[in-house]
Formats: sequence, C-alpha cells, structure tokens
Amino acid sequence: MQTLKASWAGFEKSWTWYRRNWQATAVSGFVTPVLLLVALGLGFGSQVESTALIGGVPYVQYLAPALVVVTALQGATFESTYSIMSQFLWQKSYVAMVATPITPAQVLYSQMMWIGSQLFVRSAVFVGVAALLGAAAGPGILLAIPLATLAGLAFSAPLVAYSATLEKPDAFTTIFRFVLMPMTLFTGAFFPVSQLPGWLLPLVWLTPSWHGIELARGAAFGTLDLLPASGHVAYLTALVVVGVAFGVRFFHRRLAV
Amino acid sequence: MENLVEAKALTKHFGAFEAVRGIDVEVRRGEAFGFLGPNGAGKSSTMRMISCVSGRSGGELKVLGMDPGRDGPKIRARLGVVPQLDNLDTELTVRQNLQIYGRYFGMSRQRCREKAAELLEFAQLGDRADHEVEPLSGGMKRRLTIARSLVNDPELLLLDEPTTGLDPQARHLLWDRLFRLKQDGVTLIITTHYMDEAEQLCDRLVVMDGGRIAAEGSPSELISRYSTKEVLELRFPPGARKPDLERFADRVEVLPDRLLLYTHDGEHVLAKVHEQGVQPVQSLVRRSSLEDVFLRLTGRTLVD
Repeated sequence: MQTLKASWAGFEKSWTWYRRNWQATAVSGFVTPVLLLVALGLGFGSQVESTALIGGVPYVQYLAPALVVVTALQGATFESTYSIMSQFLWQKSYVAMVATPITPAQVLYSQMMWIGSQLFVRSAVFVGVAALLGAAAGPGILLAIPLATLAGLAFSAPLVAYSATLEKPDAFTTIFRFVLMPMTLFTGAFFPVSQLPGWLLPLVWLTPSWHGIELARGAAFGTLDLLPASGHVAYLTALVVVGVAFGVRFFHRRLAV
Repeated sequence: MENLVEAKALTKHFGAFEAVRGIDVEVRRGEAFGFLGPNGAGKSSTMRMISCVSGRSGGELKVLGMDPGRDGPKIRARLGVVPQLDNLDTELTVRQNLQIYGRYFGMSRQRCREKAAELLEFAQLGDRADHEVEPLSGGMKRRLTIARSLVNDPELLLLDEPTTGLDPQARHLLWDRLFRLKQDGVTLIITTHYMDEAEQLCDRLVVMDGGRIAAEGSPSELISRYSTKEVLELRFPPGARKPDLERFADRVEVLPDRLLLYTHDGEHVLAKVHEQGVQPVQSLVRRSSLEDVFLRLTGRTLVD
C-alpha cells in the first residue's frame, strides 16, 4: 500500500511534466508511425499482392496491428534511455526523490508505471489513426493496445535497468542501431518471419517484438489460439519481471551510495 | 538535552577508499551544527549517511532516535535535505516543484497547495511562482531548493554546502532565511568550506580533515583554543625571502605569499617588525578566524 502510494507520487511528477511538454513527445510518438502506415501500408501496400501467407487481407491491414507493437517498442526505447540517464545524472530527479520517504525501488516502480501508461496512450492513438485510415480489419485490433503495451514494457524494463548502470549515453546509439532497428524490420512486422533463413529464427524468438506482433496480429484477425497466446504473454511478462528485478538492484546501487 | 543525531565510530568506505574514518558526533535539538572542512574531507559522505540515503560501512548511527538501516523512510519523512547540487525539476514551475515534493511525503493535494504558497513567500519567489525553474538565477534556485526541503516541516534540516557558488548578496539573503529557521526551532546541520559561513551560522561545529574529526567546539571556543586573539598578516613580493620573525609572536605560519604572526596584540608586533627594518608590501592586523584554526590543525589553508 505504502509502495503504491509512493510510486503514484512519482507518477504524478511525470504527469505534471507531461502536461507541460506533451507536444514534444506527441510528435515522435504519433507522427512517425502514421507516416509508416501511410507510406508502407497504403503506398507501398498498394503494390503488394495479398497472399495466403499474410492471411489474404490487404497489406495495410496486415501491417497495422504489427505497427502498433513497433510504435510501442520505439516509444519504450525513447522512454527508457536518455530520459532515465538524465534523471540520474543531469536533472537528478531520482536523487531528489530518494531524499524523501520514497525508496529507490519505488522510484523504479513509478518510472515503469509511467512508461506503461505512455505506451498505452501511444498504442491507443495509433489504433485510432489506423481505424480512421481503414487499416483496421475489425474490432480485434483494440486488443493490440494492451498487448503492444506489454511488449513495450518487456523491452523497456531490461533497458531501464541497463540505463541505470551507465555513466554516459554512448551505448544508446548502439542499441538504436543494432537492437531497435533489426527488431523493427525483421521480427514479422513487414513480412512473415517464415521468409527469413531458418538459422535466424531462434534469435527472432528471443525478441519481445516478435511475441508482441504475433499476439497483436492474432488478436486483430481473431486467429489467436490459447496455448501459443499464453506462451507469448508468459514470455513477455517474464521479461518485465526480470527487468524490474534487475532495475530494483541497479537503482538501489546507483541511488543509495 | 535530546540528541537528534548520534554517531559513534562511524565509517564509510567506497571500495578501498575510506571517506569517513571513524567519527563521533552528537547533534542536539535546536542547534545549528556545522561540518567544516576542505573538499574531500568526508563531509558529504557523512551527510548522506545522516540523511539515510547511503548506508554506513561501520560504527553506530542513530538519527531521530532510530536506526537509518532499518527505519530509513520513517526518518526521511521527518528530515529536510538540501543537496550540494540542485536537483530541482527544471522543466516544471517553481510552484509545481514545491507541490510535487510535498506529494513525495504523502501529503494531500490541498495541503501541498497551502504549503507551496507559504514557502513561496518564505523563499521570496512569489512573483516567480508560475515561471519555469530553468532560467532562474543560482541564488533563486538555491532558495527554492531550501524551500522545497521544508515542505514536510522537518525537525532536522541538512544543508550540504548551501551557498557554494553564490554571489555575496545571494549568500546573505540565504543566511537570513537560515537564521529564521533556526529561530523557529529547526535543527540545522550544515557542511561548508567557508569559515565565515560556519562562524555566522553554527553554534557548534567539528573541523573535518581526511575523514576524521580534528576538533570540536563553538566557533569562539575553537578560536580561543587553537589560535590567538589577533593575527598580523605580512605580505611579501612573490619569491622574496621571508624574514625570521618567530621571536615576536606566539606562532608563525609561513604561506607562499605571506607570513601570519599569531599574537594577542597585532599592532604592537607590527611596530616591532618595522623597528627591525622589515618592509612588507602590505600589512594587516585582524582577529583570528576559523581559517586560522584550520591552518593550525591541518597545516593547510581551507580555501585556496
């Protein structure tokens, strides 16, 4: 109870900040995926023949639920790197928080709550835009909102923990290039992973994006079976739990010195 | 009298580095207590342990009668902390900074609003209340940091180098606010490497050097114990040979550019020095300060 209240206070701070600065995040969080959907879904998609492999639906509808996940993952990266480092090193807001009854673990919880809410909002906005553009195959795409949020958190939690160990931001560029980019392109958002060489698949299965895309697309087309769905959700949840566990440790090590 | 802080043989090390090497400290309710020492003396490490953020490596520590290791959040709920480096939310307004901080202490929104209004006045930032923090001057940010630390009506206020980097006017304004707090019965613990600040603010202080306590007492006690009433400063051109004047004073300190002659009558010694035909570039008779105490105790000057 105490923990929830303390974490909520941290959440309120982020919300106060957001109310003043939401335009900046709205641009990156909203405009980019819409451009993707228009250019790749509608533009490029008009030249793509629908096949059985993509479920026989127009390409833009095939793409839309996966892009919700991609949006969440990009949002997760954005929220879990520079922003975390800044609150340790530059703005030092975390340092200010732990001088109050709030503990380092509660600082982390409040941060994860905030990121979760941001991912949910980004995903919801995206689904709304997709529906307006006729990219939604049916109401099932609404389920992509919580599922994409979960996938985003599964990437965010370990990344936040990692960011808490860094003294300078150089490593972030590497993450953007060699983790986020391939994850965006090669885990089933734009084409089925069955088109990839077989030896790559185990690597794909490790990514939160593949699990998220499988879930979101399955939910949108109503093709989700209980067993694989539970497996995907369990894997993503495990990533969140492990990430948070490491985060608690690293936040404590960083703040309680 | 009740002790708000009790430390016995308190130590803190980071790996092989010993920042605090066994200090005994007692801070009584209602007093202003100082840690005076140069950078790296272990003042900030001590403060972080007292503020229940950083754990101790050894020894005993009680804050507000409780063990920081066990009751950290409970103790922190009754402390105010002014860190060495401002950590305000610079993209929020002055008022939002105060209100949000109140929420960290579990205060109701209504209470946070009232308290913020009261503290804006205390910090003389009323006309900036709804401005963003970023463009404020250093002195204003510092006042806001202090106001923020008071949001929970702390019994014990910890100030780590509160006026470092501020111009003289901003410092005096800040000191004035701290005096007011002291009069209201708030116990203050201050670290500083400015001896004038320690003399102005502290009822009692310890001089720290190399992680240890070198001396303890009120500023005037320390001065009378470790120094003389007056000091004659004689300045010589750089590189010039300094005359041997040991016989005229109780003690002589040789600094790179000047001699300090410790005596109860500076003018008298100055006259005798002139009789010897010694011609310093500049001479000055002044009262002893904590700077002299520090020099005596450590052989080094406090601020270079």
